[in-house]
Amino acid sequence: MSMYFTKEHEWVKVDGNQATVGISEHAAHELGDITFVELPQMGKVVKQFDTLAGIESVKAASDIYSPVSGKVIQVNDKLEDAPELVNESAQDAGWICKLEAADLAELGALMDVAAYAEYLKGLE
Amino acid sequence: MEEMKATPLRAHHESLKALMAPFGGWLMPIQYAGIIAEHKWCREQAALFDICHMGEFLFQGDIVADGLEDVFTFSVQGIPVGRSRYGFLLNAAGGVIDDLIVFRLAEDRVMIVVNAATIANDFAVIRSRLKEGANFTDVSDQTAKLDLQGPLSREVLVGLFGAEIGTIPFFKFITTKILGVDAIVSRTGYTGELGYEIFLPADKVCELWELLLKDPRVAPAGLGSRDLLRLEVGYSLYGSDLDESTTPLAAGLSSFVNLSKEFVGKDALVKEQQAGPARVKVAFRVSSRRAPRHHYEIFQDGAPVGSVTSGAFSPMLGCGIGLGYLKPEAAALGTKLVIKHERVEMEAEVVELPFYAGGSLRS
Repeated sequence: MSMYFTKEHEWVKVDGNQATVGISEHAAHELGDITFVELPQMGKVVKQFDTLAGIESVKAASDIYSPVSGKVIQVNDKLEDAPELVNESAQDAGWICKLEAADLAELGALMDVAAYAEYLKGLE
Repeated sequence: MEEMKATPLRAHHESLKALMAPFGGWLMPIQYAGIIAEHKWCREQAALFDICHMGEFLFQGDIVADGLEDVFTFSVQGIPVGRSRYGFLLNAAGGVIDDLIVFRLAEDRVMIVVNAATIANDFAVIRSRLKEGANFTDVSDQTAKLDLQGPLSREVLVGLFGAEIGTIPFFKFITTKILGVDAIVSRTGYTGELGYEIFLPADKVCELWELLLKDPRVAPAGLGSRDLLRLEVGYSLYGSDLDESTTPLAAGLSSFVNLSKEFVGKDALVKEQQAGPARVKVAFRVSSRRAPRHHYEIFQDGAPVGSVTSGAFSPMLGCGIGLGYLKPEAAALGTKLVIKHERVEMEAEVVELPFYAGGSLRS
């Protein structure tokens, strides 16, 4: 399964039409210690790049934007008591939520792993 | 733009891969291992902070005749030799120009420790209030300051520099030799833990830093964890919780103001005391892990009543905590508040300080 990234440092991994969403390791590192994750409401319907969730660290409060359009079908409720999971495993166990993706063609507007790595180099 | 200043330890911080950021005109280490890890280390072990950016002034002379007695909100003459006192330098309106600590080094000798961003202005203001020709000098550049804070700080320092350090009571200090040079070791700090502030010549600070870090009980900590540690015990941060538009009365710090003596700003404080302050500093606890942050707005029953001046997620309490200034009618203990900023919203309740009282401060 391939992972795709947004310019705002969210990632999405698609299995069928189920899209798992999180923030990138780079973003987690930049935020520093994560202290709170505002999980989205189950059933919430979002458009691509709309605000999906929120995240707070010792440094800042930020919005998390949805990499694809869809409906929230699962949230990672482990993050309620252990938001530090995002620091420990941003691109795996620290996933934020799963969406039922509305249109997989939207992945074309995202970066693949190699393109995202290039993008990060450009930010340095 | 004014050039960013750096402490003598800059290369040491960079070699430890610290995240460096501007603070009060200085390039300072914000974190090394991480803010929460360093916070925990300070509450459990001994954390080492580079505080060389703070300012030190020396006064030598007759405290009363040279005018120093009337400069601050407390009596300098009344501080016994070997003791220090916390208080304020005020403007004529009673606003806080700086919060500072005065160390009584001898009958006729005093060291004043001030915040980094306010060094130049503080020096000019104090100078202008002293008698012409008084012996008053800014020794900030020659003076380094390291803070070692945490429950194990005493045994670390006693092991390295001898038993006398172990006998210093809270808010007392000794002058001693460290690495062969004159140093001041003070039982003060900004963390709520047992801890020491060490003042020594700037050219010796790298050696002391390296020596302290060789001890496995000691780890470096940055200004990020320092801010969290001080907030948990309710200490004010100058520039956030205190400024020239804030009086010590509004800030709830009247115990550091002696209205039975003369000082600039006294008349304004007396008037404010009679009328009651227009806004007061309150402490509040959030009902979730959300952190209130500087400038977030505070509401009571839907009406705006003030704003946040400091806030964070508290690792010790497991929830958000903060300080802010509110209309007095919203400041009573137990008052329910709502704190908002853009999409972020949290419920909070006015509580007593300190948020965290379990520290080793007086142990």
